[in-house]
Amino acid sequence: MATKEKTGIVEKILRCGIISWIIFFTLWAFAAFNYDEIFLPSPIETWKALVKVISDGTLGADIIASLGRIGKGWGLAILTAIPIGLLTGHFKCVRWLVEPLLNLLRFIPAIALTSMFLIWFGVDDKSKVALILYAAFFPILVNTIAGVVTTDKSLVEAASCMGAGRIRVFFTVIVPSSVPNIFTGVRLGLSSSIICVIAAEMLVGGDGLGYLIQSSRMYYKTSWAFAGIITLALIGFIADRLLSFVGKKLLKHFGVK
Amino acid sequence: MSDNNILEIKNVSKIFHTPDKDVEAIKKVDLTVKEGEFISIIGASGCGKTTLLRLIAGLEKNYGGDILLDGKRVEKAGLDRGVIFQDHRLLPWLTVEDNLTLGLDGSKEELRELVNTYLKKVDLENFEKVYPGQLSGGMAQRVSIARALMRHPRILLLDEPLGALDALTKMNMQTEIGKIWEEEKTTMIMVTHDIDEAIFLGDKVVVMRPRPAEVDQVIEIEIPRPRLRSGEDFAYYRNLIINYFNHSILDYVI
Ligand SMILES: Nc1ncnc2c1ncn2[C@@H]1O[C@H](COP(=O)(O)OP(=O)(O)OP(=O)(O)O)[C@@H](O)[C@H]1O
Ligand SMILES: [Mg+2]
Repeated sequence: MATKEKTGIVEKILRCGIISWIIFFTLWAFAAFNYDEIFLPSPIETWKALVKVISDGTLGADIIASLGRIGKGWGLAILTAIPIGLLTGHFKCVRWLVEPLLNLLRFIPAIALTSMFLIWFGVDDKSKVALILYAAFFPILVNTIAGVVTTDKSLVEAASCMGAGRIRVFFTVIVPSSVPNIFTGVRLGLSSSIICVIAAEMLVGGDGLGYLIQSSRMYYKTSWAFAGIITLALIGFIADRLLSFVGKKLLKHFGVK
Repeated sequence: MSDNNILEIKNVSKIFHTPDKDVEAIKKVDLTVKEGEFISIIGASGCGKTTLLRLIAGLEKNYGGDILLDGKRVEKAGLDRGVIFQDHRLLPWLTVEDNLTLGLDGSKEELRELVNTYLKKVDLENFEKVYPGQLSGGMAQRVSIARALMRHPRILLLDEPLGALDALTKMNMQTEIGKIWEEEKTTMIMVTHDIDEAIFLGDKVVVMRPRPAEVDQVIEIEIPRPRLRSGEDFAYYRNLIINYFNHSILDYVI
């Protein structure tokens, strides 16, 4: 009994990943020991920088700026890509129109378009939001189409046998059965948004976490940049976890796991 | 059309065109079904039973010959034919109640009343708010039976409806289907692999043979109802069919 419980605890500790983090921070600390703060700040220097940017309000303001852009761009991508994806998956004629473009355009990364978007949408927020929209749009679109196309034909057949018309079948069978795929797309879209907002802010400037990281580097405050990078990782992690938790809770019956 | 024939299947054939070859799923089937009859169809795997049911249901297009339902050629699916598949095919994201009423018109109260009536018939009172994922296989199949019955079809088509259930549940469900058939007086055509099931429920057992896919024999089951699986007459029909299959299997091997 006693030994069993012990292995249980050991296993738990190993599985929660804390060992990996201890190893990571130790290696980092050792590596940083040999270098200047400007070249590679240590964990402690990074921590101090983190406390500083939090207490003087820089970090909070930048987080809000970045999250606001993500919310707008990602939200717009959800609102546009899902309906287009549903129609593209469902109607062959729409698919013939959309797919040729899709298969090419989705390989153009948002970053490659930054300077064009700056010209088209201006230096302010609009160009950044447009870039995020662009980046999040394709993962959502592609997955929504996949969801519609892989709908279980036998369920469609059963529903139409029971008297459900074409429109009813679309909304009660095809859309719900695509929900797990759509949700995957929305999650991937969120990570694309986060990657893209940082790139946009680094390149365009203004404010936001990307700008914090970039400008800190330029003023040789590498530890501040590290603080920004860690915040970024945490935001991505928390956002994804939160989304998957909410998805599991709300979309359980649709088969979201 | 003769007086009480509900369904006439005349010289029906069906070929599936697949990319590499054409599959002749049904070569020539003739069968007449009277109003209120219970028809069991048995036959070796792949001999076209499901295809025949799907043709009657209107789920397959382009067939040869005629399938006449009340004298009209079947061309597409319709509410006058109910279908029960081997898998229950309930929508996992809808409650039992919403699954049952999918596509039906009527006021909330009317529909609720209907749901309650039919859930009672299949012994599932108070399950209307439950999701299909929370039901056992047998319960889910009973919901799908209720779903088909609620639409008052002229003919109910059942494709191995109990194939996925354990022996005990299966026997109970056979009795239940028999009871429902007597109450509702719906014409039923059921495909099964289970000889006992075919005899227990059928007025007629239609035996189909593969290559070429045709109706080989129609056996009238003259056992008074309620039927007992242990009766002597039951054993007679069982032996008849088993012997038939033993011989035919030899035929096909040679
Ligand atoms: N959609 C289809 N496309 C091509 N071939 C098909 C299709 N549906 C059925 N077939 C073929 O038609 C034949 C009859 O199939 P069917 O499913 O009707 O047999 P079955 O008697 O129901 O068999 P089982 O007892 O195994 O369910 C088989 O050879 C099958 O491969
Ligand atoms: Mg079959």
